[in-house]
Amino acid sequence: MDSTDPNATPIVELRNIEKHFGSVIALAGVTVSVYPGECHCLLGDNGAGKSTFIKTMSGVHAPTSGEILVDGKPTRFANARSAIETGIATVYQDLAMIPLMSVTRNFWMGREPLRGTWPFRFFDVEKAGEITMQEMARMGINLREPSQAVGTLSGGERQTVAIARAVYFGARVLILDEPTSALGVRQTSNVLATIDRVRKSGIGVVFITHNVRHAMAVGDRFTVLNRGKTLGTASRGEVDVNELQDMMAGGQDMADLEGSLGGTV
Amino acid sequence: MSETATPDDERVREMSTFRRWLIRPELGSICGTILVFMFFISVASDSGMFSGRGVMNWTVVSAQFAIIAVGACLLMIAGEFDLSVGSMIGFSGVIIALMSVTWGYPMWIAIITAFVVALAIGWLNGYLVIKTGLPSFIVTLAFLYILRGLTIFLSISTTNKTIIGGVREKAEGDWLGNLFGGKIFKGLFTWMGENGWIETFERGNRAGQPVIEGIPMLIVWAIVLIVFAHVLLTRTRFGNWIYAAGGDAQAARYSGVPVNRVKILMFMFTAFCATVFATCQVMEFGSAAADRGLLKEFEAIISVVIGGALLTGGYGSVVGAALGALIFGVVQQGLFFANVESSLFRVFLGGILLLAVILNTYIRRLITGER
Ligand SMILES: Nc1ncnc2c1ncn2[C@@H]1O[C@H](COP(=O)(O)OP(=O)(O)O)[C@@H](O)[C@H]1O
Ligand SMILES: [Mg+2]
Repeated sequence: MDSTDPNATPIVELRNIEKHFGSVIALAGVTVSVYPGECHCLLGDNGAGKSTFIKTMSGVHAPTSGEILVDGKPTRFANARSAIETGIATVYQDLAMIPLMSVTRNFWMGREPLRGTWPFRFFDVEKAGEITMQEMARMGINLREPSQAVGTLSGGERQTVAIARAVYFGARVLILDEPTSALGVRQTSNVLATIDRVRKSGIGVVFITHNVRHAMAVGDRFTVLNRGKTLGTASRGEVDVNELQDMMAGGQDMADLEGSLGGTV
Repeated sequence: MSETATPDDERVREMSTFRRWLIRPELGSICGTILVFMFFISVASDSGMFSGRGVMNWTVVSAQFAIIAVGACLLMIAGEFDLSVGSMIGFSGVIIALMSVTWGYPMWIAIITAFVVALAIGWLNGYLVIKTGLPSFIVTLAFLYILRGLTIFLSISTTNKTIIGGVREKAEGDWLGNLFGGKIFKGLFTWMGENGWIETFERGNRAGQPVIEGIPMLIVWAIVLIVFAHVLLTRTRFGNWIYAAGGDAQAARYSGVPVNRVKILMFMFTAFCATVFATCQVMEFGSAAADRGLLKEFEAIISVVIGGALLTGGYGSVVGAALGALIFGVVQQGLFFANVESSLFRVFLGGILLLAVILNTYIRRLITGER
């Protein structure tokens, strides 16, 4: 596997990233890399700094210090746009989906296909609808019609629209911020299946979650964030659910807590 | 992979044709239009409301509403309001009259100046909303007062009057003036009159000429703006950005939509529409007055809401807004034809506004599935 090959270059690598918001130290030196075709899980409790970290990766925040390398070359993202242009696509926790708009209009938002020549250059609604239906079907969702509003989709389906959109527009790295946190069991397994599908197509996936079981289901490597710090990265097979759980909780309390709850956490 | 069956809990829900129609923004205004026409045909058909002249009367009034409603519609879908539309109408009109009549510039220069100034003010409205992050409601409310005050001040301080006449004489033969104050298809109407197909004057110095001598440019502007805005909204990339900016500005930004630019341009478009209205009105009346356009911003917003747009943005239709304007014009003039006390028009407006908002909220729930 690529991710364990020491000679392969990660698509993106972030080294010793620190991010301060005034006096708040959200990240205190985090190192993470993503290889093609792997699913790198970023675990951590609420407030650990996961969202801040991926916002740095996707160009929303400039790091206070630390290095970003794309294909091994040091890079600085001026803004989210420039990260997108290098192939880093992000599906945010709030999805960037507009419920009142149709799936097609959401899918193409900001990148609408055009037809004709100026000043008669129009949004090619038919083509857009056709491709949307096709891409959604590929992800296992059969739309009623391309003009169906996103608001009528379930949470899992919306997540899948967002992922399908990122993949269609040529993402090399796909960052998913807690895609499963608000979903039921069935929808979660659909999203996890989608992640697996995306990974197998050679895209590097960064999967953020605070649910260790979800991470174990699809992850190749795992990095645990705790209060803005990381204890390093482990590969699949090197750690088990309990160890990850302990690392997320800061290394000690979890065992006690688990004891008192009878191992249900 | 593509033939993966959809799991049970995410199945494709069937939607009845009825529901599908229900979620079209124009539905309410289509029903409203039919009801309004049925009502007036039954109570006022012998009043001359549906004679050539009567039709022209309410068509012109509806076209006036439509011109400002189109601007307000796109702006509302983009998630903002402009309460300074009425003041803008007064302001632009006074600029045109001052420049042409008082200061003697050619009419076309006066009109172009009014448009440039209006677009600049529209830009400023938008810029302030974007930069301060204040609700557009507040920023444009400020401009409602600022522009109205400036309009009165300008006309009093230069002419000692609040009404500036003599515009029609100045506009005579001016190419740009004719684009707003003229009539088209005059030949066609004369010809139709000669053939006895349309009503002609029977006596007086205009005997033999058609009662309706042509289509006023005001109506042409209304139609052009409606078509332009409808195509822009539904058939262009920019139209998708308008929906997106109003639906969820943050989500739109994440997807690379230049939300600020879209919103500022929509404020400018609203100011443009207000100035089209003002110019047509100044040409028609032959004068500008500092109190023109009072309450127009609300009439525009009501037309748009009757047309099915959501006050919260992201959803609406230009065709709906145009029908809202038609309902508005037909009822206002219809009550006059039917000899109903005109103050009842306000009662009607308030009532229909409430009804429209309630209906829209319900439809929004249908679309988004919220409870
Ligand atoms: N824009 C910001 N300004 C100030 N503090 C912030 C900002 N964004 C995040 N933080 C802080 O950084 C820490 C990490 O937050 P976040 O990255 O959202 O955590 P997570 O996504 O892991 O739940 C939190 O303490 C949060 O309050
Ligand atoms: Mg988060």
